[in-house]
Amino acid sequence: MALEILTRAQICSSLRFWRHRLSAPNKSFDPKQVSALNADSVDEMVVGALAALNSATDLNSLKAARLEHFGDRSPIALANREIGALPPAAKAEVGKRIGEAKARIKEFLETRERELTQVRDNEVLLGEKVDVTVPVDRLKRGARHPITTLMERLSDVFIAMGYEIAEGPELELEWANFDALNFPKDHPARLMQDTFFVESPDSGVVLRTHTSPIQVRAMLERDLPIYVVAPGRVFRTDELDATHTPVFHQIEGLAVDKGLTMSDLRGTLNHLAHVMFGPQIDIRWRPSFFPFTEPSAEVDLKCFVCLGESDSGGCRACGGEGWIEWGGCGMVNPKVLRAVGIDPNVYSGFAFGMGIERTLMFRSGVSDMRDMVEGDIRFTAAFGLEA
Amino acid sequence: MKLPITWIKEFAPVHANAPEIAAALINAGLEVEGIETLGAGVSGTLVIGRVVEIEELTEFKKPIRWCQVDLGTQIRGIVCGATNFAVGDHVVVAEPGVTLPGDFTITSRETYGHVSDGMICSEREIGLGQDHAGILVLDGVSPGQNANELLGIGEEILDIAVTPDRGYALSVRGVAREVATAFGVEFRDPAIIWEPVLGAPASGLEPHDCIIEDFGVCELLTLRTVLGFNPDAPTPRYMVARLQACGIRSISLAVDVTNYVMLELGQPTHAFDLDKLSGPVRVRRANVGESLETLDHVVRNLSPLDSIIADSSGPIGLAGTMGGLTTEIDGSTTNIALEAAFFPASTVAGNSRRHKISSEASRRFERGIDRELAPIASARACALLVAHGGGSYAGMCAVESPISESIIEFDLNLPTRTAGMVIDHQTVIEKLDAIGATYVRTGPEIGVVTPPSWRPDLTQPADLVEEVVRLVGYEKLPSTLPSAPAGRGLTHEQRLRRRIGNLLAGRGMHEIRAYPFIGVNDFDALRFPENDSRRETPTLVNPLSDLTPQMRSTLLPGMLSIAARNVGRGENDLALFEIGSVFLGGVVEGGLDPGVDSRPSEGIWKQMQVALPAQPEHLGVVITGVLESVGVWGNPRAASWRDSVDAVLVVADELGVDLEVRTGSDPSFHPGRCAEIVLQGTSEVIGFAGELHPAVVDHWNLPRRSCAAEIDVSVLLSSAANCATAPVFSNSPVAKEDLAFVVRRDCPVAEVLASIRAAGGELLESIRLFDIYEGDQIPASHKSLAFALRFRGEGQTLAPQELQNLRNQIITAVSEGVGGTLR
Repeated sequence: MALEILTRAQICSSLRFWRHRLSAPNKSFDPKQVSALNADSVDEMVVGALAALNSATDLNSLKAARLEHFGDRSPIALANREIGALPPAAKAEVGKRIGEAKARIKEFLETRERELTQVRDNEVLLGEKVDVTVPVDRLKRGARHPITTLMERLSDVFIAMGYEIAEGPELELEWANFDALNFPKDHPARLMQDTFFVESPDSGVVLRTHTSPIQVRAMLERDLPIYVVAPGRVFRTDELDATHTPVFHQIEGLAVDKGLTMSDLRGTLNHLAHVMFGPQIDIRWRPSFFPFTEPSAEVDLKCFVCLGESDSGGCRACGGEGWIEWGGCGMVNPKVLRAVGIDPNVYSGFAFGMGIERTLMFRSGVSDMRDMVEGDIRFTAAFGLEA
Repeated sequence: MKLPITWIKEFAPVHANAPEIAAALINAGLEVEGIETLGAGVSGTLVIGRVVEIEELTEFKKPIRWCQVDLGTQIRGIVCGATNFAVGDHVVVAEPGVTLPGDFTITSRETYGHVSDGMICSEREIGLGQDHAGILVLDGVSPGQNANELLGIGEEILDIAVTPDRGYALSVRGVAREVATAFGVEFRDPAIIWEPVLGAPASGLEPHDCIIEDFGVCELLTLRTVLGFNPDAPTPRYMVARLQACGIRSISLAVDVTNYVMLELGQPTHAFDLDKLSGPVRVRRANVGESLETLDHVVRNLSPLDSIIADSSGPIGLAGTMGGLTTEIDGSTTNIALEAAFFPASTVAGNSRRHKISSEASRRFERGIDRELAPIASARACALLVAHGGGSYAGMCAVESPISESIIEFDLNLPTRTAGMVIDHQTVIEKLDAIGATYVRTGPEIGVVTPPSWRPDLTQPADLVEEVVRLVGYEKLPSTLPSAPAGRGLTHEQRLRRRIGNLLAGRGMHEIRAYPFIGVNDFDALRFPENDSRRETPTLVNPLSDLTPQMRSTLLPGMLSIAARNVGRGENDLALFEIGSVFLGGVVEGGLDPGVDSRPSEGIWKQMQVALPAQPEHLGVVITGVLESVGVWGNPRAASWRDSVDAVLVVADELGVDLEVRTGSDPSFHPGRCAEIVLQGTSEVIGFAGELHPAVVDHWNLPRRSCAAEIDVSVLLSSAANCATAPVFSNSPVAKEDLAFVVRRDCPVAEVLASIRAAGGELLESIRLFDIYEGDQIPASHKSLAFALRFRGEGQTLAPQELQNLRNQIITAVSEGVGGTLR
């Protein structure tokens, strides 16, 4: 180090250093006036510092300006040290002056630092810019089958009313599918059901033709009162075409309690129609026949396309009828109650059944039954997680 | 059933039009499926013409006739291409200006060298039927008559679907009664009008004899005899027109009369050729070995279950179902024995089912007919035969069992209680009267009701309630909501099932619902060995297709077919799932039948279930093609065996059930890429996952290396905890340790993991495989498995010595468990 040739500036700097070291606070020195501490020179230091900081254009030049004008060897720092050499009477005033000057520089420095950091950050982040409109290869969205989700949705309407969901097997006892539901053997009503029979012909087992055997199971296995719905898959020997499928779905409802009436049944189905199709969609009943209900009715929905107000023949959905067939319902036949050991003189019940496929066709405008059967994912994709 | 409006109005004199009548019937519970107009499209008047001259034009390729037709007021020359008529025949002529169906207006035009001045019509040309075989030739008419009236053109016809309980409505009588009730007009009951229509038998003539041998199969048998009938007598025109309107062809007077009376009154009758009968007509059960050739020319072997009409020669008819060929009336029949009977519904239903015959007669008997109607209907029929076919009525032989009068005790408040609206006693009694029932008061608010003879379906108070409420009008019922008891919501399993669906769909999979029918071809295609238990499933007696007569024991065939359909439609990249029942094992024969008079005991109900095969719910997954396609983000990621294993594991994870994945083998899967899924802590294999066998992939034409999984989800559902238990966890610092082991190449990772876990115990918080290496730096036929382990002390920091001990325990365990060495 000693052998190095120092530059002139270094020499000056070190000389200045030593000079100031010599005038550092020292109680043995006599206090004296120091020119660097007068108001004008302090102002000059501040003005010089602010100008330098202000002219810095990035964080690097700001750092250089800070070291020069606010560092340990900056004029203001050196001036600060001279305070100790002042006579006690002058210390307070000069101390205040220097303190204020330092505060001004510091405040300005921090402002500039914030400004220039923001400039720097902006430049860096802009350099990382991407085209966010490039298609992102996300995993394709999946979907549940709308028949499943519609069954859930219908079920939830009843869950909200306090019902529970009952279940039963698809391969079912003929006794539960027919006998207990008051379909006498050889009766035309039994033949009308287009039943899939299971080997051998006298096995007493069929593919359930409706969800109604779940009524029988519910009444045998649950305590009274009973309020249940039973969605499920059912089977009839139809050929698949645009309006038929041999495998389809129903939702069955059953309530057995004291004092249930046809009006209760009507109100329940009206509520269902309003929830599923809108408050203006009422239901209509037509007298009908089901062996397991008496009295019985067919349930029609007011046509949600024309609201029953089209001129005759004008509406595509209902053919001008104003009403669309939806399902069947009735009061549980006392013979059915007796077959499961419920006293029809004490309890009454109502039951109803709706086709899920039909309901989906109305609600979502499905025009061909085959779309619900074939499993084309373009069909399910349209429904997502809810039908 | 089709019925012309004018026939209904004959007995229910209403002024309403067809749509109004249809609406009223619908409200009464008779489903009117449509209103047709006979000869719709005919405008203008068709007239009857008599053919007076025919000139055969022979110079054309097909037979052409130049006819002169007398229309009463003029003679027109008409060219005609049909040849089924002769000079003197009466035909239907459309004169120029008349429009026929299809908007075809007749004009005078030159054709085949003559000016044809009109058209001689066939049935089809005037919209009466499909018969285009020839020209419509009529009997008993005269030239110039208005053919529209004769043919019933413009007649409106109701097409009514009758539910099985309303047999009486399969007749003009029954429908007219409903119409009269609906419109509040007098009902002119044809059964009352026609009862006295037949005079006393001619003196000196004896009716043929009849006998009921078994009153269990027939409660009433009548046999009326008509002698000297003219077999050539034509059926009157109005009768032909009405039969035609109802969709029944005219055959001969005798046959037409029986059909006409059946339509009018609802009572089937049967005409025997008396001269072909030997001995009295009997109703009995068939004997073993007897057979009968029915009118449809089918020889039917009879059993003692069958109820038959017989004479001394043997069976001559299947009771209430179809007549026999040997005693059929024909073109030379002059002496007729007309049978009308009451067969109980069960008698005919059995005949009909066993012999697969559904006739107009059997449909009515099966649904129940009027117990008192047989003698009235046969009187009406004989009167018509004698009136139009001549001959003499020779009297009736009748046998009858005592009528067991059915009465129903009825509480007049029941309709109000059932309906949930007030229906006063007066209204109840009025409505019972309207359906023909009688009410006799036995107490202040109760009485007994005798249903009318034509309503065998009314057997209990609830049946009467329906009659009362439907006649009051269902539309009057108010809407109320019952208050169900506080519910419990979905069951745990029901919630889980929804979550599985949402989870898999959320991972990009599509739910499908395949038909559950499969067959031997499917089992073969899945490479199931002959003795595979999955081949044994319930079989349908009447399957949709002979190729798929069995219920599925696996979801795969249905799913793979749907996958193939999607691939065929251009979508190669598929991730499908299905949740559905499978059917395992056969049906157990000879199940219990507890009857329906009382509740089966719990034990019997349980025993009945034994007949049913197990029907667990399966979850199936099929993944084909690529999951992520090639593009700006990099290379494609093909679906692989791991995606199907992953699908199973995420479901188990969602349910909080621990599964173990083991090396497995199933004939439908790639022999080296099949995992068996085991419920942890058990040895129960609940399914398989992996890459499908290439032969299976080929069979269904799926993309190479398609993958699948199928598990018994019922087991998962029942294993899932209903309520999660909160964990207790330590906040002491984690200690990380990476260990790599060299093991044999065929050593399953699962076994290494199991060894590490067992040795690590509670302090081993987690373990992750982060590298598999095979290559020069380790021995041949070996692989290096690198694991990242995290240890955490319970409540305190693990000391270095503790960690060292754990590490050593693990190394020893891996060495002893799978022969692995620390790398």
